[in-house]
Amino acid sequence: MGLVLLVVIWLITFISTYFFVAKTWWLPTGASAAAAGIDHHFATTYLLMGIVFVAAQASLGYFAWKYRDRPAAAPARYVHGNNTLELVWTVLTAILFIGLNLMSSSIWASERFRPAEPGATQVEVTGMQFAWYFRYPGPDGRFGATKPELIDPSAGGESAIGLDTTDPASKDDVVTGTMVVPVNREVELILRAHDVIHSFFIPNMRFKQDAVPGLAIHMHFTPITIGDYEVTCAELCGLGHYKMHGMLKVVSQEEFDKWLAAREAEKQ
Amino acid sequence: MATREFAAHEAHAHAAPQGFIRKWIFSLDHKVIGLQYYFLALTAVLVGMFLSLLMRIHLIWPNIALPLLGDIKPETYLTLVTMHGTIMVFFVLTTAPQGGFGNYFLPIQIGAADMAFPVLNMLSFWVTALAFVVMLGAFFVTGGAPLHGWTGYPPLSAVPTAGPGEGPGADLWVISIALFCIGALMSALNFITTTLDMRTRGMSMMRMPLTCWSWFITAILGLLAFGVLFSAGILLLLDRNAGTSFYVPLTVFSGQIVAHKGGSPLLWQHLFWFFGHPEVYIAILPAMGLCSQLVSVFSRKPIFGYKAMVYAMLSIGLLGFMVWGHHMFMSGMSPYTAFAFSIMTMAIGVPSAIKTFNWLGTLWGGRIRLPSPMLFAIGFVSLFVSGGISGPFLAQPTLDIPLHDTAFVTGHFHLIMGVASIFGIFAATYYWFPKMFGRMMNERLGRWHFWLTFVGTYCIFMPMHYAGMAGQPRRYSQFTELHYLEKLIPLNTFITFAAFVTISAQLIFVINLFWSMKAGKKASDNPWEATTLEWTTATPPPHDNFGGHAPTVYNGPYEYSVPGAPKDFVMQSDPTTVAAH
Amino acid sequence: MASYTPTVAMDEPEASTGRPGGSPPARVDGDDDFHSPSFDARLRRARLGLFVGVVGIIMIFVSFASAYVVRQGLPTFDSRTNSLVHDWIPVRLPRLLLINTWVLLLSSITIELARRRASRNAALTQVASIPGVSMHSGERPSWLAMTVVLGLIFLAGQGMAWRELAASGFYISATPSSSFVFLLTGMHGVHLLGGIIALLIAGLASLLRHSASSQLIWLDVTGWYWHFMALLWVSILCLLEFVR
Repeated sequence: MGLVLLVVIWLITFISTYFFVAKTWWLPTGASAAAAGIDHHFATTYLLMGIVFVAAQASLGYFAWKYRDRPAAAPARYVHGNNTLELVWTVLTAILFIGLNLMSSSIWASERFRPAEPGATQVEVTGMQFAWYFRYPGPDGRFGATKPELIDPSAGGESAIGLDTTDPASKDDVVTGTMVVPVNREVELILRAHDVIHSFFIPNMRFKQDAVPGLAIHMHFTPITIGDYEVTCAELCGLGHYKMHGMLKVVSQEEFDKWLAAREAEKQ
Repeated sequence: MATREFAAHEAHAHAAPQGFIRKWIFSLDHKVIGLQYYFLALTAVLVGMFLSLLMRIHLIWPNIALPLLGDIKPETYLTLVTMHGTIMVFFVLTTAPQGGFGNYFLPIQIGAADMAFPVLNMLSFWVTALAFVVMLGAFFVTGGAPLHGWTGYPPLSAVPTAGPGEGPGADLWVISIALFCIGALMSALNFITTTLDMRTRGMSMMRMPLTCWSWFITAILGLLAFGVLFSAGILLLLDRNAGTSFYVPLTVFSGQIVAHKGGSPLLWQHLFWFFGHPEVYIAILPAMGLCSQLVSVFSRKPIFGYKAMVYAMLSIGLLGFMVWGHHMFMSGMSPYTAFAFSIMTMAIGVPSAIKTFNWLGTLWGGRIRLPSPMLFAIGFVSLFVSGGISGPFLAQPTLDIPLHDTAFVTGHFHLIMGVASIFGIFAATYYWFPKMFGRMMNERLGRWHFWLTFVGTYCIFMPMHYAGMAGQPRRYSQFTELHYLEKLIPLNTFITFAAFVTISAQLIFVINLFWSMKAGKKASDNPWEATTLEWTTATPPPHDNFGGHAPTVYNGPYEYSVPGAPKDFVMQSDPTTVAAH
Repeated sequence: MASYTPTVAMDEPEASTGRPGGSPPARVDGDDDFHSPSFDARLRRARLGLFVGVVGIIMIFVSFASAYVVRQGLPTFDSRTNSLVHDWIPVRLPRLLLINTWVLLLSSITIELARRRASRNAALTQVASIPGVSMHSGERPSWLAMTVVLGLIFLAGQGMAWRELAASGFYISATPSSSFVFLLTGMHGVHLLGGIIALLIAGLASLLRHSASSQLIWLDVTGWYWHFMALLWVSILCLLEFVR
């Protein structure tokens, strides 16, 4: 039975580790400026934790076999512990764990501690059951007012977010169901929600942030690769949670300007 | 005369009860109450497993119509998710290890005749049982059970129009949880008082078995945490029914304004997770204590680093109250606060690692016997390592960005709570069954149960980590809408089939349990040759646990293979071979 | 222990450990404590249990208090102005609450008198060996009954204060601050009601066929609980009055 334990534990360890190493199912391609750093730190964490994982499981399996009870075995060692060993492995573990965290702190700081750069593309993202809407402030650079009383999702677009068309700043606001941004320029998001907590998750951008009713949360990311990226909702929001998705299109600056101008023109 | 009256009262209180109702229904005997909790948990786990089976079926075949139950709609799926989580966390993991085995064995292991407050003990069980009935009742009211997840974040859980099941079903859910909190607080009171005040002569705190330490620390956690959950629940009930706005700001559902104002959804998250994080330690600490017990007994070796184990559990308990924000990194909480929480979270990994090293240290140099309880104990260590290793990923906010609310999290907490903790319950059952029922469980069935479950649960939950890294979100009722999820469907199919096999394997356990009660091989008083006090008493123990004589303790709880001793174990109450500890 | 609590061991004289004056040792020898713990042991156990329970209840009110403080400072997003505004309107507490406070503090005194009289009686009974002397010999005034009455007056007063608040427009859902006033006072009231029920159980002990020792322990523990309720009330009042 000890041998079977060893074999099974080692097999499970080997197979799980294999799929991690082979990256059979892995993080999607990174397409934002932060992705490289996050992915690199991910790899560091999993290498170090992987070593711990393999070592612990392998020892467990090995000990279960090596120290099995059999007639020829020596009596068990009557030992109550070893304080030096306790101290050593406590300190080492603390250094490993806390060290890992400190290593990643600069990424967290750059993602979250500083506000968006001036000149970033501003997009207001509004989540509601069960769709995302995106609003651009237009040439005046200001978002017009919205009013809860004006919200009507069935009418789509501007009505869905309750845009107050009497506000002069609203005249040039563009509301879409697809998010389009220019590449290589920071995007500032203002996240809002109408009804329940949603979470704006773009896997390829390594971006995730909850959209909370009652709050307007400012976040930023910088897309660096042109392409189409799926957007999902990552906070349980009701029966349609599984189909609350959107699309992010990252295009060149010229294409973005053309697209935005076309949307502005439609409003006339 | 008053004093004789005093003594006479006490003597009467400890006479065994007569009559079916006093003996089995409203029993004051901690052993009966322990069994009541255990069987409540067993019922709950069967319900919870059934719900998860339906979930796994729906994920792979979203359009299938099941016999009797029919279609599973997306909202029904989320109801399954919610009730599965709630029932498992509260009525299984917080009930069986502490209310079940703790109630049964804490008094015996410390040499007491009963818990400190037997009437309170009885009440705490019945309040918990009532809570379970109320929880199940949510399925049967208009709109059915809620769909807001076991975490119940408002506004989804606070506004009845937020979704199907969020009407009376959600009210019953909150009430059930509030009742559960009351039962848990009563129980915690009993455990703490009993441990501090009723240890028999010679049983110092540092001679207590680690199981007793784990129940004691778990009770302290419960005492401090369940009050907070109760408060959170009261605020939610008020928001739902009295028009208050603790949690809910002005919201608009499908164009309809719901007239709350100014509330903070994050307030719920803070209160809930202040409870929620200690809760997961409540779920795992008793299993850790038991694992320590079993690796020592079945390696015939003292536990490696008893003091370190105690301090580790105390640190886990203490730090457990300082890390709740790691559930909220993406919530809109201040990123500076998030960073502080993440440092504390990494810190709490340290005592857990120490415990793992010490279990390995106990096995090292031992003479390991592998009956079913030990198989589950070793399985526990493996699963604890696996579930624990994914923790440091999630504890770092930077890595939490891609991983939060994905299947990676589901894999992490299932391995550690849904499997490791459950293995603790299984191990405890196989280990203490002989003492509770006077018979052994069938060893061959035990082995089949172990292997199928051990391999099966790895097959279910390890793949979830891969799915999560690939971006599969949690609580999705199907994967048909997002293009990038399509390639994960084969992996999920594999998980579902593993779930079929593993859930079926639990039948082996249930059959073994009930069959052995009637027809298992008769057990001696100490079949495992263990040293703690429960093995000195008759099988099953008499009403007052020790047949009229309080034991006196001379030795520590893990005196195995003491050089020069006649046998390879020295009972705690053995005065002839007084070991150094 | 309070000065009137007996310092003489409550065991049968033969079983006493003979320690002069002070309370008996924590561990009474052998079988006696196992089956029939001494009165002092049971009292200590009951008080420990109460202390632990009180800690649990404190956490409930700590949660409410921290929610109160957080909510006070929380700006809320006003989509009309697209900015954050503060919407906390402090509630003017009815004068009645202050009167109720005195009622409760008075009841704390009466329960303490009840508690001390009962334990004094128990000690005297032990020493005097006068047959027929029981704990609640119907001495006037019954401090216990007075405490129950005062407690009920307090609760009635709270109800009146609630009605006064609601009448002036501050019903439970009116503003965030009023919600907290009703919440905190209501939860306290519920716990106080529990205390009143416990007092009734203590008072009707003879009807419920409790032994004299159980009666005394029950009363002692309820007395301490009652003091905690008074302290809790004062804390709540201070929170509502000074943390605005």
